[in-house]
This record gives sequence, C-alpha cells and structure tokens, in this order.
Amino acid sequence: MIEIAWSNFTPWSALLGGILVGIAAASFLLLNGRIAGISGILGGLLAPAKGDIAWRLAFLLGLIGAPAVWVLATELPPIEIEAGYPALIIAGLLVGIGTRYGSGCTSGHGVCGLSRLSLRSLAATLSFMAAGFVTVYVIRHLLGV
Amino acid sequence: MKFSFASLFAGLVFGLGLIVSGMANPEKVLGFLDIAGAWDPSLAFVMGGAILVGVVAFAVARKRTLSFLGFEMKMPTSNHIDKRLILGGLMFGIGWGIAGFCPGPGLVALGAGEIKAAVFVAAMVAGMGIFEVIERSRAKA
Repeated sequence: MIEIAWSNFTPWSALLGGILVGIAAASFLLLNGRIAGISGILGGLLAPAKGDIAWRLAFLLGLIGAPAVWVLATELPPIEIEAGYPALIIAGLLVGIGTRYGSGCTSGHGVCGLSRLSLRSLAATLSFMAAGFVTVYVIRHLLGV
Repeated sequence: MKFSFASLFAGLVFGLGLIVSGMANPEKVLGFLDIAGAWDPSLAFVMGGAILVGVVAFAVARKRTLSFLGFEMKMPTSNHIDKRLILGGLMFGIGWGIAGFCPGPGLVALGAGEIKAAVFVAAMVAGMGIFEVIERSRAKA
C-alpha cells in the first residue's frame, strides 16, 4: 500500500504555491489571451517570428528572476539536485524533445489544459505522469540508484 | 509593451509560486513520483490549487473575444489525441522522472544559481533545437 511521507508532505505551502501558479496562468490568459505553457514559450524562441520574441523573453526573465525577487524578502528554500551530470543531460534532452513533440509540459497541459477541461491535455498529462512514476520506480526500486 | 509587461508579471508570479510550493526542488518532485517509496503528495496539491484558479479564469476567458488588455484570445484549437501527443508526453515523463525537473522549475533553479540546473536547461534547449531541426527537415521532405 501507499505509505505517505508525512514529514515531507507540505499541503499548505503546496496549495498556496499552486494558487500563485494559477494566478500567474490566469493573468497571462486574461491579460494577454494566451496559454502559459512554459515549454512552448521557451521553444518558440528557437523558431522566432517578428514581434514574437520580446514577450517570450519577458516571461522567462520573470521566471528566472523569481529567486532574486524572493531573496529580497527571505531565504530561498533548499534546492536538492541528486542527479549527476550525465543524467541531467539525458533528462534535459528528453524533456526538451518530448515537450515540443507532445506540444506541452506540466504548465501548458497540466495546469492550463486541465483547467480548460481539455481531453487532449488530460491524455498528455496522464502520459507524462505515468512515465514519471514508472521511471522513478525503475531507477529507485529496480536499479536501486 | 503592455503585452511584455504582463508576460514578465506572469512569469515572475509563476516562479514565486513554484518556489513557495517547493516544486523548484527536484527532490520534492521525485518524492511525489516515487509512489512505491515514502510518498509526498504535495505536487498534487500544487496542481489542485493552480487548477482551482485556472478553471475560473478559463470560464471567464471562454466568454471573451479580446483579453482585458485588448489582445486577441488565442486558445488552443486542437483536441486531437494522436501518437505525437502521447509519445512526446512519455518522453517528457521519462526525463522528468530521471532528474525531477520539468521546464518551469528547471528555469527557476537556474535563476537560483544552481549549476546543475543550468546544465539541465542547456540540454533541454538543445533538445528543443533538435526537435526544430527534425521538424524543418520533415517539412522540406
């Protein structure tokens, strides 16, 4: 049976952070009329059209600049990256190709797609969630890394 | 200008949300994906909170032809579930499970000055570049 890691489980900060992510997606949608899909916003820079670059850079600047704004108020929570460099490179390549091939990631399909009750995004979300669960199972429990 | 400013705002709030929720930390994400270990359900609460707000926003958006700043509403039109969607999702999921990073948290951790996140992001951008090259050569063929 599933055993919950109560000492790691942070429901309130997760919910609060989720609401902030929702507000970000909602403001992008209602102000700019677009879907806040991070892989699409980033990937679109690699085939740029005229007038289509500045806003993408602005969004990414906000995202990358968030830790700098955060530290003005308080210390950053820990970021623990256990994966080694070869694993990070393989993971990055798979995430880059996969999100573009499947037209979205956790933000575009997961948050926005599920919010607009899209079956297509539900199918995508189930695909990457299932692959994520299986991959971690294989790595941690079969290979024991 | 207005469009870029709203984008900057959305990106910033998105990033702050990922930090508050703990999702900028790959170990926390992997704790969610590890259902056979000691499971941390936090990621489901992040998705839940975001979707709670998102459902309302999309209900409002659906009734509009222009955004509140006067831009055209560009909603996805495809509802096709095809091989590309599923295979792309599976590929992404494997990468996600290997490192615990999806695109947003990777970029936030890069902004926090993590070298390993920079390596992940560089490989991710390279992957997106490979996708572009394949798509273009296919379009020519």
